[in-house]
Amino acid sequence: MRFTLKVWRQAGPDAPGAMQSYEVDGITPETSFLEMIDLLNERLIAEGKDPIAFEHDCREGICGMCSMVIDGVPHSPERAVTTCQVHMRSFRDGDEIHVEPFRARAFPVLRDLVVDRGALDRIIEAGGYVSVKTGGTPDANLIPVAHADAERAMDAASCIGCGACVAACPNASAMLFTAAKVAHLAHLPQGQVERAQRVRAMVEQMDAEGFGNCTNHYECMAACPKEIDVEFIALMNRDYLKASLAADDA
Amino acid sequence: MQLDAKIPAGPIQDKWDRHRQEMKLVNPANKRKYRVIVVGTGLAGGSAAASLGELGYHVDCFCFQDSPRRAHSIAAQGGINAAKNYPNDGDSIWRLFYDTVKGGDFRAREANVYRLAQVSNDIIDQCVAQGVPFAREYGGLLDNRSFGGAQVSRTFYARGQTGQQLLLGAYQALARQIHAKTVTMHPRTELLDVVVHEGRARGIVVRDLVTGKISSHAADAVVLATGGYSNVFFLSTNAKGCNVTATWRAHRRGAGFANPCFTQIHPTGIPPSGDHVSKTTLMSESLRNDGRVWVPKKPGDKRAAAQIPESERDYYLERRYPSFGNLVPRDVASRAAKERCDSGHGVGPGGRGVFLDFQDAIKRLGRDTIAARYGNLFDMYHHIVDVDPYQAPMVIYPAPHYTMGGLWVDYNLMSTIPGLHVIGEANFSDHGANRLGASALMQGLADGYFVLPYTIGDYLARAGNSDVKADHAAFQAVEREVGERIKKLLGVGGKRSPDSFHQELGRLMWDKCGMGRTAEGLNEALARIPALREEFWRDVAVPGTGDTLNQTLEKAGRVADFLEFAETMCLDALERAESCGGHFREEYQTKEGEALRRDDEFCYGAVWEFRGVGERPALHKEPLTFENVHLSTRSYK
Amino acid sequence: MSGLVRVFRSSVGAKALMALTGLGLLGFVVAHMLGNLQIFAGPEKLNAYAATLQHMGPGLWVARAGLLALLLVHVGTAHHLVRANRAARPVPYAGKKDIATTFAARTMWMTGIVVLAFVAYHLAHFTLHVMNPEFSQWQDAAQRHDVYRMVVEGFRVWWVSAIYCVAQFLLGVHISHGASSAFQTLGVRHPRLAFLKHGFGPLVAIVIVLGNLSIPLAVLAGLVGKQGV
Repeated sequence: MRFTLKVWRQAGPDAPGAMQSYEVDGITPETSFLEMIDLLNERLIAEGKDPIAFEHDCREGICGMCSMVIDGVPHSPERAVTTCQVHMRSFRDGDEIHVEPFRARAFPVLRDLVVDRGALDRIIEAGGYVSVKTGGTPDANLIPVAHADAERAMDAASCIGCGACVAACPNASAMLFTAAKVAHLAHLPQGQVERAQRVRAMVEQMDAEGFGNCTNHYECMAACPKEIDVEFIALMNRDYLKASLAADDA
Repeated sequence: MQLDAKIPAGPIQDKWDRHRQEMKLVNPANKRKYRVIVVGTGLAGGSAAASLGELGYHVDCFCFQDSPRRAHSIAAQGGINAAKNYPNDGDSIWRLFYDTVKGGDFRAREANVYRLAQVSNDIIDQCVAQGVPFAREYGGLLDNRSFGGAQVSRTFYARGQTGQQLLLGAYQALARQIHAKTVTMHPRTELLDVVVHEGRARGIVVRDLVTGKISSHAADAVVLATGGYSNVFFLSTNAKGCNVTATWRAHRRGAGFANPCFTQIHPTGIPPSGDHVSKTTLMSESLRNDGRVWVPKKPGDKRAAAQIPESERDYYLERRYPSFGNLVPRDVASRAAKERCDSGHGVGPGGRGVFLDFQDAIKRLGRDTIAARYGNLFDMYHHIVDVDPYQAPMVIYPAPHYTMGGLWVDYNLMSTIPGLHVIGEANFSDHGANRLGASALMQGLADGYFVLPYTIGDYLARAGNSDVKADHAAFQAVEREVGERIKKLLGVGGKRSPDSFHQELGRLMWDKCGMGRTAEGLNEALARIPALREEFWRDVAVPGTGDTLNQTLEKAGRVADFLEFAETMCLDALERAESCGGHFREEYQTKEGEALRRDDEFCYGAVWEFRGVGERPALHKEPLTFENVHLSTRSYK
Repeated sequence: MSGLVRVFRSSVGAKALMALTGLGLLGFVVAHMLGNLQIFAGPEKLNAYAATLQHMGPGLWVARAGLLALLLVHVGTAHHLVRANRAARPVPYAGKKDIATTFAARTMWMTGIVVLAFVAYHLAHFTLHVMNPEFSQWQDAAQRHDVYRMVVEGFRVWWVSAIYCVAQFLLGVHISHGASSAFQTLGVRHPRLAFLKHGFGPLVAIVIVLGNLSIPLAVLAGLVGKQGV
């Protein structure tokens, strides 16, 4: 198969960027999208040119490193996959494929398709945990959790922190990411003690990072490789309002 | 090189308790005066950094990924073992200990393994308290499943994403400490060397992967939690970024490297479909709970699986190992698959594959139950291979997965360099020659949460503060070396990409030092690796500069280290003239094709001391004694 | 108090404010429509209803002030949110494909502006009588303001009716996203209330558009105000 790739190239955080065109040929349908870029990069290296910088690590859809927008959709137009899980058989021979980095003020481009998603870490740091220290915890079976709650918590906890929700949102909002962690812990008894302060701290940090606001387009869920439910955003909205309005300083 | 394992005296059940009583403590007010460097943020590094931060130490934590949450522990699917005996099926700390020693083919240190089994229960308690959403039964209590190499159900799991959930638990604990400013996180920062001065680890030299800046970080103790080296095979289930650099650099500075030839080839990988393939994806071992492994009885049978009648199928694991069946340990299952394929019964691309079939389980339990248990794995397989495993069996083949070898550590998890601690997959300590399924997560978290935080305190209390700061000449010298190496990589100006060398090395290692090894093949590899290394330094192409984000440069540095390491790995495999666990020397097998261990000569940990690139390293031996588990031939029949 | 301000300045709080004021305004739109539909009951009913509203005294001004406040907060918050959202993605995509969003969701600020302009026009037209000063002179037999005649005469001008029709359509689009979105923003979660977040908005929008459009269309079709009343 052959393809024309239009790829965003940008030499550094402050350098100007532009789409550049590359032809790739002789790609088998079983080749993954990233392997196709590997092959292109091999060629560029052989020609003494800078290969395309892009993030990837596990290449099995769980580490959350992939951060490209393919043909206008974060990860790829295919549903419920990360970029590394996309294979070229999903494209037609001769297709022109557009590849851009995730775009958001909170995700500055470092180079080509590599963006800085440290903002997501800082949201978790603000409160996305149960404050228990190592050791001294009760026997695991002392904390029963209803099967349905555990499942729902797991649904939310499957977030891989890739940031596709932000990239897909017309407002570059990080609500789905933040809500996934809020909801994961809100569904479990272990998360109740800090539930109110957690949601407030995380939303505050999210706002401080310069993400946009959720206007319920639900593009995030459509782009999410783990199909995290926007219901969790409703939960976070409710928890936040309840916690904030009931707080002593409100 | 002195190998003193520092195993506490006394009965095995009491060793750890007694040791904890005897270890020195750092008083709470003094902890903040100590600075500890933790490299790597997987289960071991993440949990260690968080726990040390909680204790009040000053922690500097490093990872090459953009976030500590991305370490490759995240990809572990199946589960984590613990001796809770919740299912009431006869499990105990002793049994977990026994299974692990036996599973490791009697090449692990008993005392370490016993401690691992002891703290396994604390790990589950810890993770549940953190909010890790383990699978539950309808009564709200924790569910367990079975894994290879055990006849009890002791594996806790969170769907097919147990590693992810455990790692996020550790990551969140780490995030909490970053917020509390006890831990300073340095993401996108790669360790390029370890600084040792006057016989003590003093810190590390790192490169900022965004700006290219090389800097020194001094500390009172250094912890490496940098994972394994399966990527020496190029194709492995490891993430693309996994590398041997940190442990290899430490080895070059004096840390003994133990049992590098002990690598685990996981039986259920997805076989590569061609040369373009950049990594192998693993299908969780948990699939063997319900999947049946078979090949056609007739060699070269090209019919589709559904066309082959029951009577013409060879369920070879059930046939050869009736008591463990499809749940034999990984090394046994992998070897059996290789044997079937070598004898012409293989299926799939190039005849290098066997069927993993769920039709019986679907008939017995219904599609919904199977989907609930393995849905995400089935989807993953479907995505990659474009075959629906609900309809047709999966085709699987063994793939490099985990490395039991690693830097030698004593009972306190300290390497042969005082002050340099090594935890998780990066050390060699607990799994011997073969790791049982669901034990890697257990070991990573045991080291990070419950062992290192104690033992490092003992070290610091004894050794005191290090007076060598980051501007010391020792650091400047290493920084210079690191800078020169980068300059050298950028200056070769050759024609071949680092990846092409990596691929060539990987193929060589897979052929000669993979699932089956012979003296002849290993000698051939030992002849070819130096030549390949020499070609690398003559012809590698690294475009761009060192002061920007340059992924080719990163890769080149890692491949250069693999090219040095691979030689030691082959040498170790050659030296160990026996078959045990994942190390199968074809010359040493029983008539039935089982591994032939030679305890009289090889019941030791092989620890290599670096003597220079291309120089033969010195071999030291740590004899292994088995006082509690009788040294016997492993049998899963 | 400053705590409350902080809550409503947060992204979630600001959205809640949008939702609450939006639902308030929606309530007004519905009430307004129900009142106006009395035109189908004839001049007597409608004029009596109008007179009742007129004679509410201070209550009328409280209601007007309340509505104005709702509107100002709604528009002000919208302005703040739109600006923040634009700032959140300074470098746009060269080509971005939408998957899940709707025309209504993407055009909220545009339909909002048009509806706002329409409200101004509507007030000028039927309340302040700017374009037709004679409207205020018309009285019915009971000496009440002849609202019935004003509406009928007003809508007989085809292009005035056209403006109303277009505006109602855009109002409907605005409500179809806004009314459902509000419940998501306010955190409605019970599965039995799920319809509020999905079908409710489009449903209410259709009812409002049909209800409001029925008046000018009935006038133009001659179904209301026969024989030049």
